[in-house]
Amino acid sequence: MDRKIRVLVAKVGLDGHDRGAKVVARFLRDAGFEVIYTGLHRTPEEVAMAAVQEDVDVVGISLHSGAHLTLVPKVMKYIEEFGGDLNELVVIVGGIVPADDIDKLKEMGVDEVFIPGTPIEKIIDYIKARVPEKKRTGEKV
Amino acid sequence: MNVEDIVTGIEKGNRRALARAITYVENEYPEGKEIMKKIYHRTGNAHVIGITGFPGVGKSTTVSKLIQKFREKGKKVGVVAVDPGSPFTGGALLGDRLRMEGYDVSKNLWVDPGVFFRSMSSRGKAGGLAAKTGDVTRLLDAFGFDVIIVETVGAGQSEVDIVEVADTTIVVMMPEMGDEIQINKAGILEIGDIYVVNKADLGGAEKTVKWLKSMIMMDQEAVDILSKTSHADEARVESGEIFERMKKGKDWIPPVVVTVADKGEGIGELVSSIEEHFEYLKNTGKLVERRVRRLSREVFDLIMDEIRQILARNDRIDFRNHIERVVKGEIDPHSTAEDIVEELLRLGCR
Repeated sequence: MDRKIRVLVAKVGLDGHDRGAKVVARFLRDAGFEVIYTGLHRTPEEVAMAAVQEDVDVVGISLHSGAHLTLVPKVMKYIEEFGGDLNELVVIVGGIVPADDIDKLKEMGVDEVFIPGTPIEKIIDYIKARVPEKKRTGEKV
Repeated sequence: MNVEDIVTGIEKGNRRALARAITYVENEYPEGKEIMKKIYHRTGNAHVIGITGFPGVGKSTTVSKLIQKFREKGKKVGVVAVDPGSPFTGGALLGDRLRMEGYDVSKNLWVDPGVFFRSMSSRGKAGGLAAKTGDVTRLLDAFGFDVIIVETVGAGQSEVDIVEVADTTIVVMMPEMGDEIQINKAGILEIGDIYVVNKADLGGAEKTVKWLKSMIMMDQEAVDILSKTSHADEARVESGEIFERMKKGKDWIPPVVVTVADKGEGIGELVSSIEEHFEYLKNTGKLVERRVRRLSREVFDLIMDEIRQILARNDRIDFRNHIERVVKGEIDPHSTAEDIVEELLRLGCR
């Protein structure tokens, strides 16, 4: 039986702009994913712990505050600290990210960055293609 | 992670092992069944509390406050929150977690090691729970949580599967949710061990409490008690005197607790009622009774699944031929089913 793809859509830090995250969450739901939404103003620890407990395939972090270079690596650090395995996880960042920073985020281990204006199909297709590549040990998607 | 890793992980308190076990069970992997077999001996210690009620009455907020209260008492709390999954796309938006309290570093439930919160999609199943909610509850139990809270999807009138999972079922309502006839309809309002009237600050709570109490007293057992009391006049019923008196009888009269969950009002009383109910279940043997009833049903369902699978992989019964005869009108569906079962029993299981 096919496993359902689970996606955590997270808002982290002091950033009150959640329209984008909510719209993405809704479209991902319609694409057949199980989407867990965290609500606003989560700390990196909270997002990381949710990712571990909910055993998601994808962590999508939405940021419009400019703090992505600080907060995203923190989320990733805590995921490992709480027992998660980043090799099994697709990490996506969405929001206003300058071109230079996109490369920096990818160097830090972020799989992909989607900036405003990205067609939702592109995100959906990316997740569908990327999740099976991140093979979870001892199972097939 | 393989079955062994997961089972030892659960024994050692590894959260990721627990999370992965839930995924396997929820997706009906064969590994999930193996894990369930191996951890069963560790289960049976937790108090499983079900929270149900109409959408928007404040179930998730109540759950958050309950976790906090139980944590203050030093109890470890597991939570399974079920939200509806679309029967059309298979997708789901699981939003119960966002009501959980964060920020306050000393009691941030999101990162508290004594709390484990898992969101589940109902995956199109009716009844208010997901197909595997019961097994997930058992995994949390095996992990060592003292209290397990199961939150159903926003229930309509007949989502009553929660009683198959919970030891104590709490039905949450709010003021102005309908008249006596709504309250007296069959279904969700027959299953409460405890009733909560939340959002009491909206006004009109007294009326809802009164209706609920009158409904509770219409229970057959309550009627028996009432019929033994002389002059059970309305005034005394309303004053709560008879209600109090019924409570002293041997059976459980579901209390009605008034709360304003987002402000934390009434939550202490709710926790007291929950604990009282658990004591009652244990002291009267009802806990065992309920678990016998629940396990009988579960094993019966599993037998049915097994038979279905045996039938599916059996190549000695020519199922198609049977159906063709029904289509041609040579035999009716009922007789065909009987013939197939007889054939199956004759052939044996494997």
